[in-house]
Amino acid sequence: MSSLSATVQEVLNEPGCAKNANKTQEQRKKGCIKQLQPGGVAGGCAFDGAKIALQPFTDVAHLVHGPIACEGNSWDNRGSASSGSNLWRTGFTTDMSETDIVFGGEKRLYKAIKQIVEKYCPEAVFVYQTCVPAMIGDDINAVCKAAARRFGRPVIPINSPGFVGSKNLGTKLAGEALLEHVIGTQEPACTTPYDINLIGEYNLSGELWQVKPLFDELGIRILSTISGDGKYRDIASSHRARAAMMVCSKAMINVARKMEQRYGIPFFEGSFYGIQDSSNSLRKIARLLVEQGAPDDLIERTDAVVAREEERAWAAIEPYRFRFRGKKVLLITGGVKSWSVVAALQEAGLEVVGTSVKKSTKEDKERIKELMGHDTHMIEDMPPREMYKMLKNAKADIMLSGGKSQFVALKAAMPWLDINQERCHAYMGYVGMVKLIEEIDKALFNPIWQQLRRPAPWDDVADDQQGKAGAKVGTQTTGFTADPIVAARIRRAKKICLCKAVDLGTIEDTIRSHGLTSLDAVRHQTSASSGCGDCKSRIEDILAAMLVSSPSALLQVAE
Amino acid sequence: MAIVLAPRKACTVNPLKMSQPIGGAFAFLGLRGAMPLLHGPQGCTSFGLTLFVRHFREAVPLQTTAMSEVATVLGGYENLEQAILNIDNRTKPEIIGICSTGVTETKGDDVEGFIKLIRAKHPQLAKLPLVYVSTPDFQHALQDGWERTVARIIEVLVPAPEAGSERDPARVNVLPGCHLTPGDLDEIRTILEDFGLKPSFLPDVAGSLDGHIPDAFTATTIGGIGVGEIASMGQASWTIAIGEQMRSAAEAMRTKTGVPFRLFERLCGLIPNDQFISFLSNISAQPVPTKYRRQRAQLADAMLDSHFHIGGRRLAIGAEPDLLFDLSSMLHEMGARVTAAVTTTQSPLLERVNAEEVLIGDLEDLEELAKAHACDLMISHSHGWQSAARLNIPFHRAGFPMFDRVGAAHQLSVGYRGTRDLIFDLANLVIADREENHRPTPDSWRSPKPALGSGTRRWMDAKERSFA
Repeated sequence: MSSLSATVQEVLNEPGCAKNANKTQEQRKKGCIKQLQPGGVAGGCAFDGAKIALQPFTDVAHLVHGPIACEGNSWDNRGSASSGSNLWRTGFTTDMSETDIVFGGEKRLYKAIKQIVEKYCPEAVFVYQTCVPAMIGDDINAVCKAAARRFGRPVIPINSPGFVGSKNLGTKLAGEALLEHVIGTQEPACTTPYDINLIGEYNLSGELWQVKPLFDELGIRILSTISGDGKYRDIASSHRARAAMMVCSKAMINVARKMEQRYGIPFFEGSFYGIQDSSNSLRKIARLLVEQGAPDDLIERTDAVVAREEERAWAAIEPYRFRFRGKKVLLITGGVKSWSVVAALQEAGLEVVGTSVKKSTKEDKERIKELMGHDTHMIEDMPPREMYKMLKNAKADIMLSGGKSQFVALKAAMPWLDINQERCHAYMGYVGMVKLIEEIDKALFNPIWQQLRRPAPWDDVADDQQGKAGAKVGTQTTGFTADPIVAARIRRAKKICLCKAVDLGTIEDTIRSHGLTSLDAVRHQTSASSGCGDCKSRIEDILAAMLVSSPSALLQVAE
Repeated sequence: MAIVLAPRKACTVNPLKMSQPIGGAFAFLGLRGAMPLLHGPQGCTSFGLTLFVRHFREAVPLQTTAMSEVATVLGGYENLEQAILNIDNRTKPEIIGICSTGVTETKGDDVEGFIKLIRAKHPQLAKLPLVYVSTPDFQHALQDGWERTVARIIEVLVPAPEAGSERDPARVNVLPGCHLTPGDLDEIRTILEDFGLKPSFLPDVAGSLDGHIPDAFTATTIGGIGVGEIASMGQASWTIAIGEQMRSAAEAMRTKTGVPFRLFERLCGLIPNDQFISFLSNISAQPVPTKYRRQRAQLADAMLDSHFHIGGRRLAIGAEPDLLFDLSSMLHEMGARVTAAVTTTQSPLLERVNAEEVLIGDLEDLEELAKAHACDLMISHSHGWQSAARLNIPFHRAGFPMFDRVGAAHQLSVGYRGTRDLIFDLANLVIADREENHRPTPDSWRSPKPALGSGTRRWMDAKERSFA
């Protein structure tokens, strides 16, 4: 058994990883651990990554060995779906106290495993190591071994304490644990030439079930998924699959590559996000299976299913083309999704004005260029402040991103849709893509946006009554404004155009000095109303009021 | 009087408890322009952040010193220094609040010492308040982290008033416990202002986490009590502490500034609010406004209308000590029986909970107790939903986190009005449950089978015996 640091070194030097392959020897030695910047990061830890990767195994008890923070603050926070056991979403932790830290936590861990086995009778127990017991030297491998022997069922150590690195590294370490302790330890009840593994698919919101009916129709059997709706027995016997698909995420590439190496299971990297991608993936699976000895007709049957599904999906998306014309999307996500949903969005008539490539590989970027042309706005790293500005200035009509950046969009009163792990809708396969388009439509055309972009009545200059009342309130609360100059300053500072941040004073001055009479002219001079256009009527009101009252207008009339 | 039982299990199942640093960070989030910083590995912050974001559905500032394995072994000075400098450069905070975690406490980092060194080395930080609280994950719970942090903020940021300086009779300090929502704080604020009082809330999560849309993007908290206002809290004439957890903070305030305090253990229910309102009337020398006379009458009526439904209910409640005491007392006063009570940490209040036992435990304990006592109403934070679903009993979400419903920040339980609404909500929950699950059937009142069944079995037994 190799030490944790050796395993970390090994997974970081993953030959299957394209990014790693492009590195120099020197860079490779450093591994892909980004030097974390204290005070400037917000990512999950290695324990988080391991837990995310394995938690969807439904009939396993996931026991976290550590103080309350690791499990107490985080349990049951993922929306994977299970078709059977709900044991996976029960939180188990040793909740280490100060005494455990002084005297060591191994005994408590052993007792905890005993308690779980006796009460919940799980297929297996996964024991997650965390920072504090790793620091004090709790040997979870030894405890797991002893417990497995004593209780006659698999007790698997997952050695991925938070402080060894990032979430991504943790996912890889979880994969290593599966390779070392689980995969290949049991035999399936039967095998077929149509058996596949799906690696890195978590069945979020049950999205796997959007694709599974197609597999069922084609007679393709999902022997195991790592780990969405997974069962311990399935993964233990997953080494008998004929082919594997690495779904969407490169994080588990070590599992796919080593299973190819050890058991001769060829794999490819594919995605079910987007119509084209779903078709490509289905075809690739069919081809791989046929290459591995499945009957030839699978390819033809797959082509027929793909053609039918594509036609259905495009027909369902077609009606949106007209509604979406001219609407601009900002796509902030990672990896494959940075391009895999682009085609469908474009097909629905949306213009993708930017896509983030922070976690994307070189190939991902090539695909983006292919789809969106060379002048595509590829965003390496966009701080929230920039995102907010972009949305506020109406350079995009909707943002699709993960939950962490949602408030940037929402607080700018801009439509937003969750396309990462916390989402509550499933967007996989053909039906999923149609669902995504439907959701975008709902978000874009919701009547709330127009209401929210209106100024509050007390900020609305067009409403004279309110203006007067507002000035009064100002006087009362601030207590210093019987002063007409201050009152005027407050009046002039009122924002008329929220998108371009143009205030009343600027607009009035420009109208006066240039003798403007039309909205277009005001827009040209001040750039007000060139964003969302909601302030159009307010500017027209100002124009109307000034035509009557402004001295220059009077002068003109007099002349 | 309840017997308080300590945990007995090796394995905590379905945790009710959350860790101290989260409570500490939570308190710092009630300060304006604040950046809470957890001194530990990045995961500690990431999990906490997710908790807050899922509960409040707001962007939440929270940073980490990103301790790696190596940094942990070598000590966290450099990480802390870098984190403070980075935060100061990027977000220009008005205050950085630092909480330790399990890792850095196990290692034994001397953070106060580090801060002194950092200040000496970087004079540009001279005016930036840095408040450090020790909050190891392996001790206590969220509520304790909040409690320690508020007390610490007072010790560090409230100066002793100058000799001979006058108190402002209208100014009142309010030290709310972490079980109060932004909506609760706003309700209390309105009540105090209606008596002509000028309250300063420490912390004031209503300013930062109430969901208001700020005019411009800020990387720190978007509101809350400012450092300047905290420094002037010594000028107040009274301190009102809400929840037993705030006693140490109120005492710290009195020690530091001489401001007397009055502690209200709860603000949910008729009698506690009578006491609260008369206290306010006394200290402000104002008569009770008509509004509250009417609200009291409305609460009385709500109690009349709802006691049919709540009376006799067997309540299972899992919550941090102050919230447990608050809600279970109110329901007890409505005629419910508290038959299962589980909490997270020690508190002098626990033995005064109106139940036979209070267990420091987890949601598995709560579920088992609820099952054993045939409870028919469950209250806990959102994680309790699985237990309530398995038991098929009505479930009310209270406390932190509430991630599967919207509006957590505005759930109200204080004041006459808040109590009235909560009582209605709970009664409606019970009514809905009766309609859905307990409609009468022709067999509802038939004598139970066992008598007949056991007779049959005896006959069968005889027959079997005769065969044998």
